[in-house]
Amino acid sequence: MSGAEKIAVIVTDIVPLNDLVTRFEFKPTDGSLLPTFSGGAHTVVEMHAGDITRLNPYSLMSDPMDQTAYTISVRRDDEGRGGSLFMHRNVKVGDKMTISYPVNLFSLDLRAKKHLFLAGGIGITPFLAQIKQLERFNGNWELHYACRSESLGSYVDELRDHHPNETHIYYDDQEQRIDLVNLLDGQPLGTHVYVCGPKGMIDWVRQTAEAEGWPREAIHYEEFLAPQPGKPFEVKLAISNKVIAVGENESLLEAMEREGVDAPYLCRGGACGQCETRVIDYTGNFIHRDHWLEDDEHASGEKIMPCVSRFEGKTLVLDR
Amino acid sequence: MSQFTFPPSIRSRPVYGTLTPRAGSAHLFIADAEGAEAIIAMATPEIMAKGHIIYIAKGTDYEVQLRALNPASFYAGPSYGAAEQRIHKTLADAKMGLQVYLTGTEGLIGQAQNAAMQAGVPHTAIQTEHRGSTARRMQCVHCKGITEDVETDPFVCSHCGLNLFVRDHYSRRLAAYQGVCIDAEDPGTVPAPKGIYE
Repeated sequence: MSGAEKIAVIVTDIVPLNDLVTRFEFKPTDGSLLPTFSGGAHTVVEMHAGDITRLNPYSLMSDPMDQTAYTISVRRDDEGRGGSLFMHRNVKVGDKMTISYPVNLFSLDLRAKKHLFLAGGIGITPFLAQIKQLERFNGNWELHYACRSESLGSYVDELRDHHPNETHIYYDDQEQRIDLVNLLDGQPLGTHVYVCGPKGMIDWVRQTAEAEGWPREAIHYEEFLAPQPGKPFEVKLAISNKVIAVGENESLLEAMEREGVDAPYLCRGGACGQCETRVIDYTGNFIHRDHWLEDDEHASGEKIMPCVSRFEGKTLVLDR
Repeated sequence: MSQFTFPPSIRSRPVYGTLTPRAGSAHLFIADAEGAEAIIAMATPEIMAKGHIIYIAKGTDYEVQLRALNPASFYAGPSYGAAEQRIHKTLADAKMGLQVYLTGTEGLIGQAQNAAMQAGVPHTAIQTEHRGSTARRMQCVHCKGITEDVETDPFVCSHCGLNLFVRDHYSRRLAAYQGVCIDAEDPGTVPAPKGIYE
């Protein structure tokens, strides 16, 4: 069985925060304790809607030491493939669901002298857990959080109440912007910067910090990458000896799983590298969307990350 | 000639590169002896306008040339120990964007790397270039004492007097190679000392 170990849970609380974001709380069905985790970890939530199974990763935002329940916040994406809509529309308190053990691809570097958090929108969620983790040992941190508007500012009030000196909020609709160059300039040696939010924000922070002479090892980022819909295509799986069709609204990885092929995965978001698959033969074009492979690997046509990347063309044969 | 090509070794052994200017808000150079040549080789007026040099001459004669680079600050000290307070204070006051360049002997590079790491600079972000003496800073695994500038293998621990074999096993935390007793089984049977790379 691929992926992290599973946990059977029951939905114990659903709290709509604003027009777009709803919080879900899960507790183990058997009443046992959940594993502790580290701030920045995510869990993969299984969603069964008719024939379709979706496995979407969501950052855990509860206290990493709280073993009684996990909470996640889901932003509704009306243009996405339906995972967030399923969570918003179909999931009810008392439902039984399956989630994965926590997996962390965005952990704190505890050697840092100071943690500088930059969040955009729903990208706030991993920081909520990291802040709770750091508060346990009086860690040195600062949060700069950009939201679209006051009404869409998830957790702004809680953050301002509990951490008035560390929290800085910026509202897009009030023309408030993070003054990044000034913010980075003068940070004490040993500061690490963490960014989670839309792709444009992540690129902006990474490029600006590198241009200001910040070491790569001190720049951490996590992008919420969901597989995008695309044209259907066919794949031949050489080891499984199967030809499968990948539908418009499913990823290549999901199509393989639907056909009973045990393909490896962990993050399902193009970041961890676990699902890397060798291409045996192809005629057509790859639509690479992952952060894992290097540019030359993308160009080589020798590898694909089935969790987020797609294909358009006549034939594709994979070593799976 | 101040450059030396170290033979291939185990993964534990540090490898050194060539100092290259990088974008940064300030540039800290810590060097000893022939390390001055590496600074002179890569210095530009732009780098030196924000450049700070902490230099231990160890009997060499490069100070005039280094001062001629017009760094924003220049300090010359008689030993690493004498410069250590200044190194720690400089790092403690430093801001992100600082680039760290270490050059000279392995003992200097290792100790300054350790100071920079403790100040929060990832060790992979620190540039190093070996120049000059290939002598090593050794820790006796038996008494834990450090012997500086070891040129021969085996050598006598300057603390406990054991005959120590020079290993390539290195500790970033201690900034030292490991020295292990060479005649434990048969005390007194010690091979004739020779140069570490002979």
